[in-house]
Amino acid sequence: MGMGMKLTLRVWRQKNRMSPGRFATYNVDASPDMSFLEMLDVLNEDLIMKGEDPVAFDHDCREGICGTCGLMINGVAHGPEQTTTCQLHMRSFKDGDEITIEPWRAKPFPVLKDLMVDRGSFDRVIQSGGYISVSTGSAPEANATPVPKDFADKSMDAAACIGCGACVAACPNASAMLFGGAKIAHLGFLPQGQAERSQRVLKMVEKMDEEGFGSCTNIGECSAVCPKEISLDVIARMNRDLIWASLTKGGEKERSSGGG
Amino acid sequence: MTVETQPKTGVRPTTEYRVSLDSKTPAGPIEQRWDKHKFDMKLVNPANRRKYTVIVVGSGLAGGAAAATLGEQGYNVKCFCYQDSPRRAHSIAAQGGINAAKNYRNDGDSIYRLFYDTVKGGDFRARESNVYRLAQVSVNIIDQCVAQGVPFAREYGGLLDNRSFGGAQVSRTFYARGQTGQQLLLGAYQALSRQIAAGKVAMFPRNEMLDLVVINGRARGIITRDMTTGKIERHLGDAVVLATGGYGNVFYLSTNAKGCNTTAIWRAHRKGAFFGNPCFTQIHPTCIPVHGDYQSKLTLMSESLRNDGRIWVPKNPGDSRSADKIPEDERDYFLERKYPSFGNLVPRDVASRNAKTVCDEGRGVGPGGLGVYLDFADSIKRLGRKTIEERYGNLFDMYARITAEDPYKQPMRIYPAIHYTMGGLWVDYNLQSTIPGLFVAGEANFSDHGANRLGASALMQGLADGYFVLPYTLADYLAQAPLDKVSTDHESFRETESDVTGRIQHLLSIKGKRTVDSFHRELGQIMWDECGMARNEQGLKKALQRIPELKAEYWENVCVLGANEEVNQSLEKAGRVADFFELAELMCLDALQRSESCGGHFREESQTPEGEAQRDDANFSYVAAWEFSGDTSKPILNKEPLNFEYVHPTQRSYK
Repeated sequence: MGMGMKLTLRVWRQKNRMSPGRFATYNVDASPDMSFLEMLDVLNEDLIMKGEDPVAFDHDCREGICGTCGLMINGVAHGPEQTTTCQLHMRSFKDGDEITIEPWRAKPFPVLKDLMVDRGSFDRVIQSGGYISVSTGSAPEANATPVPKDFADKSMDAAACIGCGACVAACPNASAMLFGGAKIAHLGFLPQGQAERSQRVLKMVEKMDEEGFGSCTNIGECSAVCPKEISLDVIARMNRDLIWASLTKGGEKERSSGGG
Repeated sequence: MTVETQPKTGVRPTTEYRVSLDSKTPAGPIEQRWDKHKFDMKLVNPANRRKYTVIVVGSGLAGGAAAATLGEQGYNVKCFCYQDSPRRAHSIAAQGGINAAKNYRNDGDSIYRLFYDTVKGGDFRARESNVYRLAQVSVNIIDQCVAQGVPFAREYGGLLDNRSFGGAQVSRTFYARGQTGQQLLLGAYQALSRQIAAGKVAMFPRNEMLDLVVINGRARGIITRDMTTGKIERHLGDAVVLATGGYGNVFYLSTNAKGCNTTAIWRAHRKGAFFGNPCFTQIHPTCIPVHGDYQSKLTLMSESLRNDGRIWVPKNPGDSRSADKIPEDERDYFLERKYPSFGNLVPRDVASRNAKTVCDEGRGVGPGGLGVYLDFADSIKRLGRKTIEERYGNLFDMYARITAEDPYKQPMRIYPAIHYTMGGLWVDYNLQSTIPGLFVAGEANFSDHGANRLGASALMQGLADGYFVLPYTLADYLAQAPLDKVSTDHESFRETESDVTGRIQHLLSIKGKRTVDSFHRELGQIMWDECGMARNEQGLKKALQRIPELKAEYWENVCVLGANEEVNQSLEKAGRVADFFELAELMCLDALQRSESCGGHFREESQTPEGEAQRDDANFSYVAAWEFSGDTSKPILNKEPLNFEYVHPTQRSYK
C-alpha cells in the first residue's frame, strides 16, 4: 500500500541533558490518516532497521488526555490544530512538506534526550500548594455543601488542564501562569478550596518563580495553543487572588480575626 | 495438596491441584463482614508507623490513592511510576463515570443492589464478599473526592448529578463531563503531591519496576530501572503494593496507553504470586476501526452512541459499494434481526461478538473489512441534526478528526477493541497475593469484576482499594509479620539485580533483524485471532504452538539498539514484550481449560442453541489461580471455589 505523502523532517537530536544538540534531516513516507506520532513510529522503525538510534519522544495514552506528548512543530506547540500532538493527523500537512520538530524549549523543562523533556517542575509547583488538605476518611457527606452549578462548571473548565506544558513552551517568557492559574481557579471556584485559597496562590507563585518560569506579559500565546482551551481568565483570577493574599498577609489572619 | 478429580467436560492441558487457597473471607452476614474484619484486624500505633516503609508501584487511582493515604497515616512510602509524572497514569483516560450507591435519585438504589448488579454483571465469577465491600465503600469514595475538589457534574440546586450508565436500571453514576477518570486521578495526584511535599512519600517517576525481591518468603523489595540514566536500583520495604494496571496491551492494539504493561505483575507471578483468571478480558464494541498497518492504538467512543445509531453491514459478502449506494433491502441490521427486544443495545460482549461474526463472513466494511456501520441517518431524520449534535457532538467531532469522515453525512465505522482485563494477580480478601507482604490493587488484581466488568466500576474499584481497603489490611500485615532486619545487601537483592541486569544485557546483545514492535504486532494478532472475542479449542491450541515459536524467534532475532545507560525506549519495550509473550501463553492455557463461556470469555463450544454464551456452573464455578512452576514446566492450575450465598446464578438472555 502506497503511503501517499513524502515528507522531509528536521528533527532535534540531543544525546542527553549535558550534550549539545543539532538538527538531523530524515525523509519519511506517511499516510494522511496517520497520527503525527504514528508518522514518527514509522520513522523510528526505519531508523532501527538501518541501525540508527531511533528518535526519543514522550507519549502514552495517544488519545489527548494524559498530557505526556508535546512537540514544537514548525515552531508551534502541538502543531497547527490546537490539539495534542497525538491527536494531530498527517492530513494537516501536504505531500512534499518539510516539517521542523523540536522539544519544548524552556529553562524549567531541560531536555533529557531528543524530543523528551523533564517537566518535574510542574509537579513541584503542584506540591507547593495545588491541593486541598483533606486526609482520607475525614470527608463530610458529599451533598452537605451545595456548589452552584456555574461555579462547578467553571471549576471543571480550569481542571481540564492536562499539564502538557505547551503553554510554557509557547510563551516567550516561559511563564507557567496558565498552568498555575488553572489549578488555582479549579480549586478556588469550589467551597472546599476556600480555606487554603490565599496560602495556595502565595506558595504556588513563589514556587513558579523559584523553578525559573517567567512572568506573564499578556501575550496570550499560551491559551492559543492550549489543547484544552484553558482561558486567559485563569491568569487574571490568579492575579486577583495574589493581590488579595498579599494585602491580607496570607488571608488566613484576616479571616480568623474576623470571627471574633 | 490433593489431586483433583477430573471434571466431565473440557480439555485439560496441565496438571491440576487444589491447594487450600484461603480467601480469608470473614464469616457472618455479608453486611457485617467488612466492619467486623476491620475491628478484628491489628493496628499499627501512630508513633510506630514511621518505622515502616511501604513500596507502591503505580500511581493511578489505586496506587496514587494508596500511597497518599498511607503517607497521611504516617508510613514512609516509596511510590514508583514509569510515566514522567504520577498525574499521567492511564486511569486518566476513563470517560464515563464512577458508580456509588448513594441513592441520591431515590430510585431504589442501595449497597445491596450495587453488589447484586456487580456479581450478576460479572456472570457469577467474582467473590461475593469482596464485591459487597466494594459497594459499601463506594459511598465514601464520592465524599472523599468531593472534599478533594473533584468538580463532579452538578444540578442547578448545587447538588451532585447522576446518570444511568451501561444499561443500569438506577442512576448511580457520578461524572465530570467525559473526563471522570482524569478528575479522579487529579484528586489522588493532588493528595499524593501533598504527601510528597510533607516528605512522607518519595516519588520516583520515570522508574520502572523490573523485578520483585522476596526474602524468607516475604515480599521485601523491588529492583527498578531509572529510565533516564539506566541505573538499576534496589529498594527495600516492609511490604510491596502493585497497582500497575491491566495487561490489555498483550494484544498490541488496545485502548490502553502505549506504556501499559504486565511486567510488574508478571515478574511477581514468576516469584510465586498466583495469576487469577488470566483469560478474562473485556472487549468494547464501539471503537474506531484499524486504518492501516502503522496503527499504534485504538480509540474508544462512548457506547451511548448505540442509543441512536443503527448497526448494519451489507447482506452480501464482498459488497464494496459505498454505504449510500446500498439499498435498504440489501442491508443487514444484524443486531435488530437477531435480538428483536434489545436490538442495538445488547451488552458489550454480545455486540462485539456479532460484529466479528459478520466480518468473518466477509461482510465487514472499510479498509481491511474489519468494521461495521453505525448509522445515524434514521435518527437524524426522526430527531433532527440539532438533537443528534447536542447528544453526541463531541464524539462526532472526535470521530471526524481521526477518520476525516463526516458521521452526519455517512455512517460511522466501528469495530470492537480490547479495553480492560478482569484477570490479574490472585488476592485474598485483604488484597494480599500468595506471596506474604505482596499486595495488589486496582486492575492489576483479579478480584471484583468476575468475568465481565460493568461500566463505571473500574474507577470505583481502584479508589476503593487504594483509599479504603489497603490502608487497613496493610496495617494488619505489618503489625503481625515477623519482618527480619535485612538490608539491600541481602543475597536475594543481589541475585535478583543480577537477573535483571543479565536480561537487559541479553536483549541488547541479540542484535537481530526485527524490531520489538514487529514482534509485538505479530503476537497481538495471534492473541486477537485465537484468544480474543471468541475462542475455541483448535484455535487456542494453535496459539499455544505459535506463541512459543515466536518467543523463541524473539530471543534470537530481536533488534534493540543502544545501551542500557541512557534513555532507551526500544529497551523499555523489549523487556515488556518479552513478558507479554509469557503471559500470552498463560492466557491461552487458561482460556483452554475454561471450556465454558462466561462474561467476556466466549468459548464457541459452549453456547446455547441460539448462539449465546453458556455458563457451566457445575464445573467452572471457580477462580483459576495459576502457579508458576519454571520456564520449562507447565504452570499449575489451582482453584478457589466460588460460593454464592446471596446472589444465585442465572443465565443471561437478551432475545
